[in-house]
Amino acid sequence: MELELRGITKRFPGVLANDDVNLTARSGKVLALIGENGAGKSTLMNVLSGLYHPDQGEILIDGVVHQFPGPGAAIAAGIGMVHQHFMLIPVFSVFENVVLGVEPTKAGGLMDRKKARSEVKEISSKYGLAVDPDAMVESLPVGIQQRVEIIKVLLRGAQILVFDEPTAVLTPQEVEEFFGIVAELKARGATIIFITHKLKEALAIADDITVLRDGKVVGNADPKTATPEDLAEMMVGRPIDLVVDKTESILGEPVLELVNVTVTDDFGRPYLSGVSFQVSAGEIVGIAGIQGNGQTELVKVITGMMSLADGTVSFKGVDISDFSPRRRHAAGIAHVPEDRNEMGMVGSFTVAENLILDSYYSEPFSKGGRLQRTDIAASAIGLVAAYDVRPPLIENTGSALSGGNAQKMIVAREFSRDVPMLVCAQPTRGIDVGSIEYIHDQIMRKRHEGKAILIVSTELDEIFALSDRILVLFDGKVVAERRPADTTPAEIGLFMAGKST
Amino acid sequence: MTTTTVKGTESPEPKPSRSFLQQLTTGTDWKSAALIPALAVLTALIIGVIIIMLTGSSFGDAMTAYWALLQGSVGSLKAISETLTAATPLILAGLSVAIAFRAGLFNIGTEGQLLMGGMFAVWAGFTFVGLPFYIHLPLALLAGVVGGAIWGFIPGFLKAKTGAHEVITTIMLNYIALRLVDFLLKTEIFQREGRNDPVSKTVEASAQLPLLLGWINPGLRVHLGLIVALAAAAFIHWLLFRTTTGFEFRAVGANPKAAQYAGMSITKTYVLVMVIGGALAGLAGAGQVLGVLDRATPGFSSGLGFDAIAVALLGRSNPWGVVAAAVLFGGLSAGGQQMQVSADVGIDLISVIQALIIIFVAAPALISAIYRLKAPVASTQISKGWGS
Repeated sequence: MELELRGITKRFPGVLANDDVNLTARSGKVLALIGENGAGKSTLMNVLSGLYHPDQGEILIDGVVHQFPGPGAAIAAGIGMVHQHFMLIPVFSVFENVVLGVEPTKAGGLMDRKKARSEVKEISSKYGLAVDPDAMVESLPVGIQQRVEIIKVLLRGAQILVFDEPTAVLTPQEVEEFFGIVAELKARGATIIFITHKLKEALAIADDITVLRDGKVVGNADPKTATPEDLAEMMVGRPIDLVVDKTESILGEPVLELVNVTVTDDFGRPYLSGVSFQVSAGEIVGIAGIQGNGQTELVKVITGMMSLADGTVSFKGVDISDFSPRRRHAAGIAHVPEDRNEMGMVGSFTVAENLILDSYYSEPFSKGGRLQRTDIAASAIGLVAAYDVRPPLIENTGSALSGGNAQKMIVAREFSRDVPMLVCAQPTRGIDVGSIEYIHDQIMRKRHEGKAILIVSTELDEIFALSDRILVLFDGKVVAERRPADTTPAEIGLFMAGKST
Repeated sequence: MTTTTVKGTESPEPKPSRSFLQQLTTGTDWKSAALIPALAVLTALIIGVIIIMLTGSSFGDAMTAYWALLQGSVGSLKAISETLTAATPLILAGLSVAIAFRAGLFNIGTEGQLLMGGMFAVWAGFTFVGLPFYIHLPLALLAGVVGGAIWGFIPGFLKAKTGAHEVITTIMLNYIALRLVDFLLKTEIFQREGRNDPVSKTVEASAQLPLLLGWINPGLRVHLGLIVALAAAAFIHWLLFRTTTGFEFRAVGANPKAAQYAGMSITKTYVLVMVIGGALAGLAGAGQVLGVLDRATPGFSSGLGFDAIAVALLGRSNPWGVVAAAVLFGGLSAGGQQMQVSADVGIDLISVIQALIIIFVAAPALISAIYRLKAPVASTQISKGWGS
């Protein structure tokens, strides 16, 4: 089926989220929809899935105008959404999840489990989506869970499939498998819309590329001829340098040292087992790994948010294993937390307040327990200018900032302190290309200043671009250590998936 | 769709509905700070008219009743004095609830803290004889503060150390306080000589809060407690917005996880805020026994601690908002008496109106819908952030 959007316009109070958007997704082809956060992708997809009603414009499927009063109508018209965060019930089996809401029933309103199971099997064999219908969803790897989601929308008769950042949670190998699935769906005539911010993937998989910026379609690109730089420039509106300049750095003394660090949950199961490594001054160590393999806990033990079951954490030769987060912060460990909204800032606080969130108690921001509002404001004005936080209004609330600017605010707070150690967890997750470029530059600047830097990221490209050394974390253990020049993303990907050295 | 929080804050969709607590404490834009509460009051009064008319009275009768309400609350010096007298404990107790809201806690225990504060104050008030008022009165007030603070410390400590939910523990402590008062009033320490019923000894004159307008007319009951309450509001405002302690309270209340990552101690904050909240409630209780009642009787709190929750809600947990809300509730309560006397409309209607106000304040989307305000508050979350 061919999907066409004509002149879609959607306004929210004060925001023109979609402005006369036209796009076409061809039958049996993949359309990649790319754009920064806030470019209007989300609104557009909500229009498409019947959650929003456009103020103007129409949705055509095979040339016929459709109106979607609700999500049910969109599904009935053959549109299926595969969300980034899976909508699955972990303790249900695969087939139970798939038929949820459209259960085949037999007499007495009972669920016809046999029929449900066979429906799932039929689809999975037809599209080559191998999955055991009786497996418990929680026991499946993420890549397989995604297949369950795909089977779910196919069962509901979807012929236009919309994937929202489908590769964000996948390993490089799973990404390959996913591309195979997309090819299979294509071959069977499905129309695919692929929303992504990973430009290389868009180029690899798409037949057409549409770029959104500020709610408008700024152009289409041909994946055969376009380069990532071309796409980035279209997304951002200015030339973007995607390559981080990395010069040789002079290694200094070890700053952070972990020896045999072991952390367990309440039941004694290990989050981290026997992790040992060092980070030296002037060095960037990158921690690669699929989410949930101990990265969060690793950052927590370094910043003092979690206590050790065994081992030591030393900072500049001092054992800080028993230091509180406040003491570690004061000793000189800056921390950009992995989830900016949950951990990095207080949304209802002003930018000025967020900029002193972890140093409010010290001079010059407070004297004798009283906040020094002039000093706080003066410092904030300087920081928003120096770190390019836009808009540069220090009385705005943190939640009013875009993701990229909120992240720059947090980076400003943490990087403006002249401390020897920086821990950056997912420093560029979910932010726009322009902000990523900016934050990467800031990280490199800190490296040149001779700071010890630990980067934890699920983005392999980022790890490769920044790191002097890459450690791969799998199942709570460091399973590999490589220099970026001596390895490839494919090799690291294998380690991330559990292959040991 | 599930109700996961929005990740990409850049998406132009309406923001997801903020948590109830956040709605209560954010008052930066004037719409949520003043307009919604004002419209909530108006709507509640209109529904009050309907209720009066449903009981067989005419529209004219309803207007008569409201006129009496107005007369009884602001119609004369005496009425204003009564309004302020009723508002005084509500300001202090309202602040007690409000500061806890700010730090993310539901202090339902204000009633019990107020009772304990009152008992401590009354004890100090009748025990020390012969002290000059400038020593005895502050001492008795301080005793009230200590009593309330102890009763606030318990749930704060339990929450910090064991994770016990403060709603549960404070409700239970309310019961304990209520019955403890009954018990204490029958003991030799408290019970007035020669009485069999549970009535405390009378507070010495040196510990009584002086009347502010007694020089005009000794029947004007408004007392020095009002000034204490206003000073407390100013202090709490200063504490919340000008000190590092207040910064911690607000950060812990708005995002405990981020506060923790910023190195703040959540447990310390919980204990401290409950102690301060308890102290304020204790001061409210002290003000009642030292300024109005001159003694303690069973249940002398008369539900002030619960009205205080309403006051804090209506005042958006802003100290000056609490003062305004307390004066409004004080006026409704003082005027309600007049309404009962001169228009024969039961004072229970006042409770109904107060409850309606709170419902409307707690459901701002409803008010926005009724008055077709361009809603700053989206009531439903439509989608999670899309692109990342």
